[in-house]
Amino acid sequence: MSPRYDRVAILFHWLMAVMITASFAVGLYMVSLTMSPTRIKLYNWHKWAGVTILTLAAARLLWRLKHTPPPLPPTMPKWQTSAANVAHVMLYILFFAVPLTGWAYSSAAGFPIVWFGWIPLPDFVPKDRELAEFLKPWHWMAAYALAAVVALHILAVVKHLLMDDDNLMSRMLPNMTGDKK
Amino acid sequence: MKLVQSSLQQVVAVAGVAMLVALPNLANAQQRVVPAQSEIAFVSKQFGVPVGGKFKKFDAEVTFDPKKVEAAKVNFNVDLLSADIGNSETEAELKKPGWFNSQKMPQANFTSTAVKAIGGGKFEFSGKLSIKGISQNVVVPVTLTQSAGVTRAVGSFTLKRLDFKIGDGEWNDVSLVANEVVVNIKLALTGVPPL
Repeated sequence: MSPRYDRVAILFHWLMAVMITASFAVGLYMVSLTMSPTRIKLYNWHKWAGVTILTLAAARLLWRLKHTPPPLPPTMPKWQTSAANVAHVMLYILFFAVPLTGWAYSSAAGFPIVWFGWIPLPDFVPKDRELAEFLKPWHWMAAYALAAVVALHILAVVKHLLMDDDNLMSRMLPNMTGDKK
Repeated sequence: MKLVQSSLQQVVAVAGVAMLVALPNLANAQQRVVPAQSEIAFVSKQFGVPVGGKFKKFDAEVTFDPKKVEAAKVNFNVDLLSADIGNSETEAELKKPGWFNSQKMPQANFTSTAVKAIGGGKFEFSGKLSIKGISQNVVVPVTLTQSAGVTRAVGSFTLKRLDFKIGDGEWNDVSLVANEVVVNIKLALTGVPPL
């Protein structure tokens, strides 16, 4: 069995996987709604989740810099390991880009973020109607880019599972047997 | 006939002189708001998030002498359609009947009923605030400062939006949109006699 990711990395991975999927789904749904109390609640939950993801991304990046992930199987062709590395760099960039563009858009639109309705976050861009219109598609594009890279990531997992049969996914699965890595 | 004409001339002359004397007093009686240096802003909380804007159009008739506050009168009109939130979707929502109903009732009005000097350039303007056809008594504390012929009035008061049926129906949940709306007033006035 190939070496595993450490427990903290596994926790970060699945926590963010769930939160990003949920935020993306809520984001897609909420923009389809007309103005209503439900819509406002969803927008706020989406923003709270986004800031949480941003925080997790920062913590995860720091962890990752100190904890080198297990090497990819030597059986993998060079282009595939390169593609995997590029995809992971893209994921990390987008972990920051998606929430930050959303935060900036929210501030520009005149809705500062109050995290969990409790911690007011600073506006790092001014309230400005034109800036808001400019930022809106960037948040949207970053989110779709993240969805696209995640889709590639999952396709690669499926390929390793079905075609390569190298059990690569087990490196990131929680250790259910309770054995030490 | 000549006598009549002459006395008529005299009457006109006297009236003219009387008007000349009266005019400066009339000009003093009415103070003017300088719109470019004035601002009516408001802020409420939506899920704990401060959300607010400004009214771009308003006008006021002000009769105010700091030394004769008992004679002071303020009649303030705000064009609710001119609300600028910085966000078109919210502005469109605000015009709806559940909120301002501003297509049908575009004017909010404040008419003073009593003005009280409380010292140190501070005054309390009591009056009736009417929005959406509902009137409520409000007290607006205002601080005045004067420089270079311009009097700046800064005041703030809190109204409860549901008292005026602002955000009625599905929006009446105050845990989502707070009942309290803080109104911040900054006015520049000319023609106010010295404090």
